[in-house]
Amino acid sequence: MHQVAAHHAPPQSFIRKHIFSLDHKVIGKQYYALALVAVFTGMVLSWLLRIHLVWPNSPIPGLGWLSKVGAPGGVITPEYYLQLMTMHGTLMVFFVLTNAPFAALGNYFLPIQIGAEDMAFPRFNMMSFWTTFVAFCVLVASFFVGDGPALAGWTAYAPLSALGATTGPGEGMGQTLWGLSIAIFCIASLLGSLNFIATTLDLRARGMTLMRMPICTWAWFITSCIALLAFAVLLPACLLLILDRVAGTSFFIPSNLVVSDQLQPHSGGSPLLWQHLFWFFGHPEVYIAILPAMGIVSHVLICNLRKPLLSHRTVIYCMMAIGFLSYMVWGHHMFVSGMNPFSSLAFSFPTLVITIPATILTLIWLGSLYGSRLRINAASLFALGFISMFVSGGVSGFFLAQPSIDIYLHATYFVVGHFHLVMGVAAIFGVFAGTYFWFPKMTGRMMSEPLGKLHFWLTFLGAYAIFMPFHYLGLAGNVRRYSAFVDDYLQPLLPVHKFITFAALFTGAVQLIFLYNLIHSRFWGKKAEDNPWECTSLEWTIPSPPPFDNFAGKHPVVYHDPYQYGVKGAAGDYVMQDSLEVSATGE
Amino acid sequence: MPGNRGHLITMATTIHEPVHVDAREKSSPALADSGGRGGGRFVPEGGTLRTLEDRSSSPTKTGIWVVLAAVTMSFAALTSALLVRQGSGNDWRHIVLPPILYANTLTLLVSSVTLEMARRRFARTVREAAGDWTESLRALYGTLALGSLFVVGQYIAWLRLRADGLYLASNPTSSFFYVFTGVHALHVLGGLAGLIYAAQRLRGSRLRRSSLDAVSHYWHFVDVLWLYLLFVLWTKL
Repeated sequence: MHQVAAHHAPPQSFIRKHIFSLDHKVIGKQYYALALVAVFTGMVLSWLLRIHLVWPNSPIPGLGWLSKVGAPGGVITPEYYLQLMTMHGTLMVFFVLTNAPFAALGNYFLPIQIGAEDMAFPRFNMMSFWTTFVAFCVLVASFFVGDGPALAGWTAYAPLSALGATTGPGEGMGQTLWGLSIAIFCIASLLGSLNFIATTLDLRARGMTLMRMPICTWAWFITSCIALLAFAVLLPACLLLILDRVAGTSFFIPSNLVVSDQLQPHSGGSPLLWQHLFWFFGHPEVYIAILPAMGIVSHVLICNLRKPLLSHRTVIYCMMAIGFLSYMVWGHHMFVSGMNPFSSLAFSFPTLVITIPATILTLIWLGSLYGSRLRINAASLFALGFISMFVSGGVSGFFLAQPSIDIYLHATYFVVGHFHLVMGVAAIFGVFAGTYFWFPKMTGRMMSEPLGKLHFWLTFLGAYAIFMPFHYLGLAGNVRRYSAFVDDYLQPLLPVHKFITFAALFTGAVQLIFLYNLIHSRFWGKKAEDNPWECTSLEWTIPSPPPFDNFAGKHPVVYHDPYQYGVKGAAGDYVMQDSLEVSATGE
Repeated sequence: MPGNRGHLITMATTIHEPVHVDAREKSSPALADSGGRGGGRFVPEGGTLRTLEDRSSSPTKTGIWVVLAAVTMSFAALTSALLVRQGSGNDWRHIVLPPILYANTLTLLVSSVTLEMARRRFARTVREAAGDWTESLRALYGTLALGSLFVVGQYIAWLRLRADGLYLASNPTSSFFYVFTGVHALHVLGGLAGLIYAAQRLRGSRLRRSSLDAVSHYWHFVDVLWLYLLFVLWTKL
């Protein structure tokens, strides 16, 4: 018996049950709630950015209260624009795209899908969430210190991020808090990954071989392997950055650097070193966001297609290949950073190679649609929407992977459009698909389907309306990171920006439908059955919501691979993983 | 019923009438007390659809290797940072390592030996069901003392460097010296915490073999890591 046996009886006190809970399901929901808070904060920040871009001189009510320096009278200064942008990126990448698809849904469903009663190390699991929470608080606190949060972008390029208050507002305390927050976040993610890996390897139910794990379990497992190695690199990088800032070392600050007419007392550091360390984490981070979404979407799609994907194994091998290759491509973020041109070539090649497994995955999803009896519901719509976003955002990756084209496009909105579609929107669509799909299991109640479908169509069209024009702006040479477009050649593009801003305000407001649906259904939704979608994996064999130890003291035994759909002669058209029925494939 | 299931295997490619799920509970008494945790071997008696073997270990054992992978990655990152930094500026100064480092190295190596003694004595006590943990506990305390001595020794090395006027920000070599030794010392402190935990559990006769193994894997790793770091510091600084 391992550690999981130590807390067999459910806790009684409110604090142990709902706050400092060891139950992976509660922790998963806590992650989800934190991600919700972060995503709405990040979204409001993006609204502020968009409003400022098209009406640079109009005051935004209430903003003057948040920062007297950054937004005197409610009008955002150029520096404050960058600060809000930095916070938008940091919140979204770390606290939403890492937390929601991976930590939140993974925590809740990975143990159930493999037939375990909890994670391998429940205490680490609890620590992992609360450490994340501390990181979040530290980051948000930077809004309220001195001259506001960091402005060096979510990538915190040195030497801007390494020097201190002389380089601008937010570069004092704000940037230090940023480094601290990310370092704490790294520790939390390492603990989380440790749990995911040990749980997947050691707590599988009898008969649950690796190849019998559902695709999303695989995705979470591969993601945790990537996250373990990626965050283990970002942590020392943050340490060195903080030392440069507070202890006067020169890891990332070069010699003879003059900032604000002052010669900086540093010598010999390498700004490129920070970029290498950061992107060695940063590119795998993209896959930490997208791989769980791929897994969730596959899982949701298969259930609604009522037949397995064309090849279960190929999907898993492709995800492994993507995970492996994600470590060899970090330099493609640095084509214009002054790297040796030969290195650019070396990074360009694997970047193009990574499109092969990604394309295979897409073809498998699309090919599996052929001849299926697709059930249209909010979850399957978002799954299909994910594929659409992934393809649309992925195609522009071909352009950016080639140094000769990237040099032109790198500092433009083309890149913004690319990564928002493929990393941001696609991953969030994966989370939406997972939420609509698993909500009945998590709460015992159904979400409203009409509202879900309305949410999908408005979000789908809205997201394209926001991010497709970015590509056009980028090709027209519209630089990113500018807080206002006063140059003559950018003036004609302003109508496009206005359109994007309206689309962003609209699409953001549409998310209130989702929030309403989430909260309303939680309390007043229709009661859910144990298996409303007629799905085969283990989470649907237990009551909705699951009991404290998932399987109520029983130990599930698995006899099938996870996707026995369209089985002739079976009671439904499907065979549960733990059922003794024999299926057509004999697995 | 078992015979019936055997029949199902041989005909696995054809469709049969659904078998009652309850059959599993009745015909598989061995499954009920197996715990079901850790995968184990999947050979339900009476034959089933497929015979599967899954050699899972305990999560503690897996977990410690996962931790070691992450720590390795962190120090790989720090090492590459050192190499890049050495080539990026012309301010790389060589420093003489404080001699006490070599004494510290010896201390840490000996601590690994005492920990291994603790582990073997623990195993022997378990094997002989003797129930007397004093011998392994003594070796564990020895390890704890030597480990603490190592940390103190590293601190003295820092003081020696400071006495020479070499602070964290003095030059890149001293920066890396403090960072490498400091981060490593933090990992040693983590190991000491693990040793204290193991000693506590052992005193209450509640120490699991897998926990002691995990602590000792970690400790030996931190030991080898130090040899590696010493080599890097010695050749590069």
